Amino acid sequence: MNATPNGAVLSAAGIHKRFGALVVLDDIDFAMGAEEAVGIVGPNGAGKTTLLSVLSGAYPPSAGTIAFKGDDVTALPATQRCRLGLVRTHQVPKPFGGMTVFENVFVAASHGAGLGRDEAYEEALGSLKLCGMLSIANRRAETLGLLDRKRLELARALAAKPTLLLLDEIGGGLTDGEAGELVETIRELRRRRIGIVWIEHIVHVLLQVAERLICMDAGKIIADGEPQAVMADPQVISAYLGGGPK
Amino acid sequence: MNTASLVIERGTPASRSAGIGVLTIILLLAIAPQFLSAGAVDRMTALFIYVILAAMWNALAGFGGLVSVGQQVFFGLGAYFAIRLANAGLNPFVSLFVSAVIVGAVSWPISLFMLRLRNGEFAIGMWVIAALTHLLVNLDRLIQGETGTSLISLNVYDASTRRLTIYWLALASMTALLAILFSLLRGSTGAAIRAIRDNEDAAASVGVRVTGTKRQLFVLAAFGIGVAGALWLATAITFQPKTYFNVQWTAYMIFMVLVGGIGTFEGAILGALLFFLIETWFGGTGVWYLIGLGAAALAFSLLLPRGLWGTLEERFGWRLLSVGYRVRLPASAADPTGEAISPAPTAAHSEKA
Repeated sequence: MNATPNGAVLSAAGIHKRFGALVVLDDIDFAMGAEEAVGIVGPNGAGKTTLLSVLSGAYPPSAGTIAFKGDDVTALPATQRCRLGLVRTHQVPKPFGGMTVFENVFVAASHGAGLGRDEAYEEALGSLKLCGMLSIANRRAETLGLLDRKRLELARALAAKPTLLLLDEIGGGLTDGEAGELVETIRELRRRRIGIVWIEHIVHVLLQVAERLICMDAGKIIADGEPQAVMADPQVISAYLGGGPK
Repeated sequence: MNTASLVIERGTPASRSAGIGVLTIILLLAIAPQFLSAGAVDRMTALFIYVILAAMWNALAGFGGLVSVGQQVFFGLGAYFAIRLANAGLNPFVSLFVSAVIVGAVSWPISLFMLRLRNGEFAIGMWVIAALTHLLVNLDRLIQGETGTSLISLNVYDASTRRLTIYWLALASMTALLAILFSLLRGSTGAAIRAIRDNEDAAASVGVRVTGTKRQLFVLAAFGIGVAGALWLATAITFQPKTYFNVQWTAYMIFMVLVGGIGTFEGAILGALLFFLIETWFGGTGVWYLIGLGAAALAFSLLLPRGLWGTLEERFGWRLLSVGYRVRLPASAADPTGEAISPAPTAAHSEKA
């Protein structure tokens, strides 16, 4: 079902994450190929965001190993993983509030992508344009509303020139029109051969992009594969309608 | 990519003339002693030291988010190492700067554990470091505990040579430190520093080396404040540990930065000037002076939380020594200082790459 370990750009084996007595991730095995687009769904508290945080290096797993582009990155902090091309966005946006929209994105281009000044300008402007934020490039990020903050998360992550982008609910609260624009943006990223992992509750939006779907519940992957098959899986239905796999 | 036609602006016409203005002021200050009384020269030296202190604390707290109430540790060490070096036979003027380099070197190991602390813990932790260092310096026999000692070797120079040399050294130090700080904050490291201030986790997630960048700033601020402490010793001659390791120095830094405008390069300089004027006019009124300072700080933090310069910048779009970036957008090309560019979509480019 998973991509073969040899062809995998990102693979995680035996991932556990505990916060005290609370087990949030319970033996996750996950692998994906370069340029793949994987959607992750699951009820609240399933451990989706925690999985993303562990993959991106925001915090270390309690057990297990993570490999990116063939190297073990389990011990590498987020800064280094970003520089290798593994970049995430945040579910609750974390803008640099005292800086302008452009400056937010410029930081990622010059430090995450490691670009020199002029190339970083170009990359930052390109990301803003792709996310439709050029017209508000000079606004202080703290003045942005939630939707623009989410867009900024995406633009900033893009400016770091990811080979694999981990998206955490960037589509929440969008109107149909806005969701359509977002899908177009993500499709453009796929044309640029960027791999995508996308956590989203709005499944019909997710399915326009994802070619593979993972469903998580209670810290485990309960289904993984072709999106329609996953959505029809009895375990997935039961996870959403209550009862749970236990 | 069709964004190539967009221009990133680092300054405004006002900021370019401000650069010329700054140069002119520094040149005028360099020849000013010819026209000033001895007392005025001493006061101006104090002003330069205040500017250094304010600029350094502002860089640390306003740009880097590292609020410390223990920066007097580097002020005191700057003076202490200068005493030690001069006592070992080094020329007293040379000692001042070698001392600051040592302060910078000492701040590096301190940063190893202090930068693991965040926010309030860091602020108070620095105060603890300062108190501890004060006690350690007291143990040095040369210092004779709280009795203190003097930079005796300066006495080989006659009073006016001494006064003028210290004045120029202070002016040169201030100019050089402000220039170093400005170029650091204006470069890509400066953008990383501000990003860390605003959100450390997010900064790490987009590839910013958080701890290394903080350390760079911390060591630079320690060095700058070390220079200030050594210069203060040169003007005062006497060294009593409790005067130099007094938390009042950090309180003054905080006052200058809050009143001037935290997080703006111009604000710290303006705040130092205001503090200097207040001290010059009211410094003789004893306890009322301190009460006035406290009341002013309180009023500013309640009524003008962005300080004088921050408020002016916000209201009028003034930017003289700006470290920021502006995208000159086609729709607003006529108004490059426009703060609030309309968020309405402005069909910037129609052609596709």
